[in-house]
Amino acid sequence: MSHSHSVKRYHGLMDWLTTVDHKKIAILYLVAGGFFLAVGGFEAMLIRLQLMFPENTFVAAHTFNELITMHGTTMIFLAGMPLLFALMNAVVPLQIGARDVAFPFVNALGFWLFFFGGVLMNISWFIGTVPDAGWTSYPPLASNTYSGMGVNYYVVGLQIAGLGSLIGGINFLVTIVNMRAPGMSFMRMPLFTWTIFIASAIILFAFPAITVGLVLLLFDRLFGANFFEVANGGNPVLWQHIFWIFGHPEVYILILPAFGVISEVVSTFSSKRLFGYSSMVFATVLIGFLSFMVWAHHMFSVGLGPVANALFSVATMLIAVPTGIKIFNWLFTYWGGHIRFTTANLFASSFIPTFVIGGVTGVMLSVAPADYQFHDTYFVVAHFHYTIVGGLVFGIFAGLFYWWPKMFGRMLDERLGKVTFWFFFIGFHLTFLVQHFLGLQGMPRRVFTYLKGQGWDTENMISTVGALMMGIASIVLLINVLITSLKPRNADADPWDGRTLEWAIPSPPPEYNFAQTPLVRGLDALWVEKEAGNKTITPAEPLGPIHMPSPSILPFVMSVGFFIAGFGFMYAKHEFANGIASFLFGNYIVAVAGLVIVLVSMFLRSVFDDHGFHIEPEELQEKGVKA
Amino acid sequence: MSRWKFIWRLTPLFAVLALLLSGCQGAFNPQGSNAKDQLWLIELAFFIMILVLVVVFGIFFYVIIRFRKRKGQTGYPKQVEGSHKLEVIWTVIPFILLMILAIPTVLLTFHFAQNANNDKDALHIKVTAHQFWWEFEYPDLGIRTAEDLVIPVGKKISVELTSADVLHSFWIPELAGKMDTNPGMVNKMFFNADKEGVYKGKCAELCGSSHALMDFKVVAKSEADFNAWAKQIKQPAAISADAAKGEEIFKNKCLQCHAVTPDQRGFGPNLAGFANRNTVAGFRPNEPEWISKWLTDPQAVKPGTLMPNVGLNQQEVSELVKYLQELK
Ligand code: HEM
Ligand SMILES: [Cu+2]
Repeated sequence: MSHSHSVKRYHGLMDWLTTVDHKKIAILYLVAGGFFLAVGGFEAMLIRLQLMFPENTFVAAHTFNELITMHGTTMIFLAGMPLLFALMNAVVPLQIGARDVAFPFVNALGFWLFFFGGVLMNISWFIGTVPDAGWTSYPPLASNTYSGMGVNYYVVGLQIAGLGSLIGGINFLVTIVNMRAPGMSFMRMPLFTWTIFIASAIILFAFPAITVGLVLLLFDRLFGANFFEVANGGNPVLWQHIFWIFGHPEVYILILPAFGVISEVVSTFSSKRLFGYSSMVFATVLIGFLSFMVWAHHMFSVGLGPVANALFSVATMLIAVPTGIKIFNWLFTYWGGHIRFTTANLFASSFIPTFVIGGVTGVMLSVAPADYQFHDTYFVVAHFHYTIVGGLVFGIFAGLFYWWPKMFGRMLDERLGKVTFWFFFIGFHLTFLVQHFLGLQGMPRRVFTYLKGQGWDTENMISTVGALMMGIASIVLLINVLITSLKPRNADADPWDGRTLEWAIPSPPPEYNFAQTPLVRGLDALWVEKEAGNKTITPAEPLGPIHMPSPSILPFVMSVGFFIAGFGFMYAKHEFANGIASFLFGNYIVAVAGLVIVLVSMFLRSVFDDHGFHIEPEELQEKGVKA
Repeated sequence: MSRWKFIWRLTPLFAVLALLLSGCQGAFNPQGSNAKDQLWLIELAFFIMILVLVVVFGIFFYVIIRFRKRKGQTGYPKQVEGSHKLEVIWTVIPFILLMILAIPTVLLTFHFAQNANNDKDALHIKVTAHQFWWEFEYPDLGIRTAEDLVIPVGKKISVELTSADVLHSFWIPELAGKMDTNPGMVNKMFFNADKEGVYKGKCAELCGSSHALMDFKVVAKSEADFNAWAKQIKQPAAISADAAKGEEIFKNKCLQCHAVTPDQRGFGPNLAGFANRNTVAGFRPNEPEWISKWLTDPQAVKPGTLMPNVGLNQQEVSELVKYLQELK
């Protein structure tokens, strides 16, 4: 085998900007997602401080709307999704015994697009025109007539970040279909990989909808189109359909991987295989399918008529059945096990009752005539935070504590972890449990203030105190991460007595993951070997040269191009005070320049054949498997 | 377990119940048939869901207490595949529970969608939502008002809803669930009030800066009082000499937006019968203090309101307050 290509290696910052290694991309996603989580959390604290007292004047009315808009958008698109992408990049290739993802270059591009989309959106805070029409940005409020420049940041930022998510999803779909190790049939895939597989399939079908929707809104806003302008024959309800045809599946893109994490953690820390594995897979697929059938339950009060409302009501209720299957399977995985309450497992186990509360309020919301009372109240705020904080965030925390040693070769501190857990858990329930009652007592959501004497004061106070406790929990977690990063890299390959393939290789894994592709001989491949008395996994091939993709700066440059083009389009028709500024920025020069950067990068990527490089067996032996 | 310990464990439950009871408002305190049907459905759903929670929580706590790893425990637990019998049980039972919920859901969905427009016994009202106020029109009576929706007790109120600008949502928690007002479209709903009284109404769809303050009141009067109100509002208000100055200022500075006879429509709310309203700007008590605050600087009372600051001096404001208080 020839290896005429010189091996490109970068160091320091350049290494991170050019990496196409899924494990490093995972860390990039983790850092960026963690950062945006902090931003969104900070916004949440401001929101809650404003609502701590009736008629509080801590933030102004309009600022408040900007805060809820950015909080929601940031949490869903810039924190939730990337943190899941972090986990799936870190884990899925390892769990299926692959050396990499199917398209490493595209993987890097996906990250940088998300990153620059998120940065673009948040720059609005510094420009001073922030998106303010809610994370749902319903027109006409989100049209030029009723909101300012801010919504452009929302549209353009999401468009760029959304492209990143879309190609990320496609990448994982292909990876899971094509790159599984020999012997890993679909019905031997770990459940986390299964949920990522289904979530990626949902991304494939759902993201094009929002892409189209954003294009329509963008055309309305930038080029005077009339898709949603009533006066010119447009229809604002059209946006709601498009948004929720994407938006409902989106919440399952978030929650299914969390289900996957819980399945892994519950099974490892009870030392049992997952109860009812095949029904878990079936339930996952079914939930993925149903997630596309229920979007109009966000629109019961729009006036769609009784037939649509009744159908969407019943369809929504049905989702409770496969979800229930999952809950009981987790409980029966614990049943008869030897449960170890590590921090990861504390988050995973408390996920179960917490998510069930979010689930049952979901069923209550699916009852259309009752939703006429619930809709757009704090009952809804409570419900969706029970699912996305109690579900997604608990799942992410469980996954982080579980896989941290695999990702970084260091164990997070368990004592600090437990402090984080208890503060977060108690704070969470204080914050959101009372909000159910606020909603039933008539408090609408997205209100910057409320009048005295409506009996809402105590609950709002409790809610704010709870939120502050979650803030403390996050700070403790941050301290934990900092302390941990100062410790030596001495984590075991298999610190939790794991069951799946990722625990068969060193922590952190070498850049090629598996020196020899493993042979999978059953569900929970590593456990099968342990039970057979083997120390490690059986290889499926002899040791040979390993092909690796070359690092590349192009994904970064291409995303910068999109970023610049985005700004160009947003300001092309803007009136600048200064003549030179308006010559430079007040037309399409910047937009075209950005697009040129994108096209040139694409061109370079196409014409330069880069076959990557090989790592030779001798090298492997030298370095051995030490981390 | 001692009895006291048992009661101690129940305190959280009592706390929740106390919260529920103390919150005797909103959807919990229905005062009309529409909201009563909704509360019934909410309760049905609630009890089914409590049942589910009790079962899941029961198993959960049993499992995490009973099966935690003990000191000195070695070896591995038995690796069970699953159990078809159990899995069928926890698929079928939830399905049955959901069907119990689904049937009344579908029935009530159709019930609420009934068109009461052609009902001769119903009072017909057209609602138009504006940033950030409510316009009410009684087409059969030739009356337009704003902010206060006066209705006769016991009568079915048939409502047509639309919006003049962005999306809003019309909601009177104690009388009826919400229905959106969409520009360019008309939605229909109906409700009634069983008792006389003043009920809070709200906008439930984010509509801009002062979405939170886009309140209104539903004033339910006896049939006779309602008729008297409808008659009086059509009569030109008797303005005393004391308020004549105020009337003059109003004509010069306010009339281009606000009509004071109930048959006209303006850019701002129609102010006929203003003195009898509960609120100024829909949410502040209709008292001289708040009226003058509003007239002095509307933006300070309701951020983002489309009523401009007319630039009145203190003198003019107090004249106007006198005048407005005579618009009966
Ligand atoms: C620190 C914990 C959090 C607190 C205290 C918090 C609090 C809030 C509050 C008070 C609102 C505004 C409700 C309203 O008036 O409509 C809100 C909205 C929202 N939150 Fe959170 N939140 C937290 C975490 C999260 C997370 C982790 C996510 C998602 C991953 C999330 C997603 C959302 C969404 C989508 C909205 C709706 C925004 C909109 O209406 O446009 N939140 N949150
Ligand atoms: Cu409104």
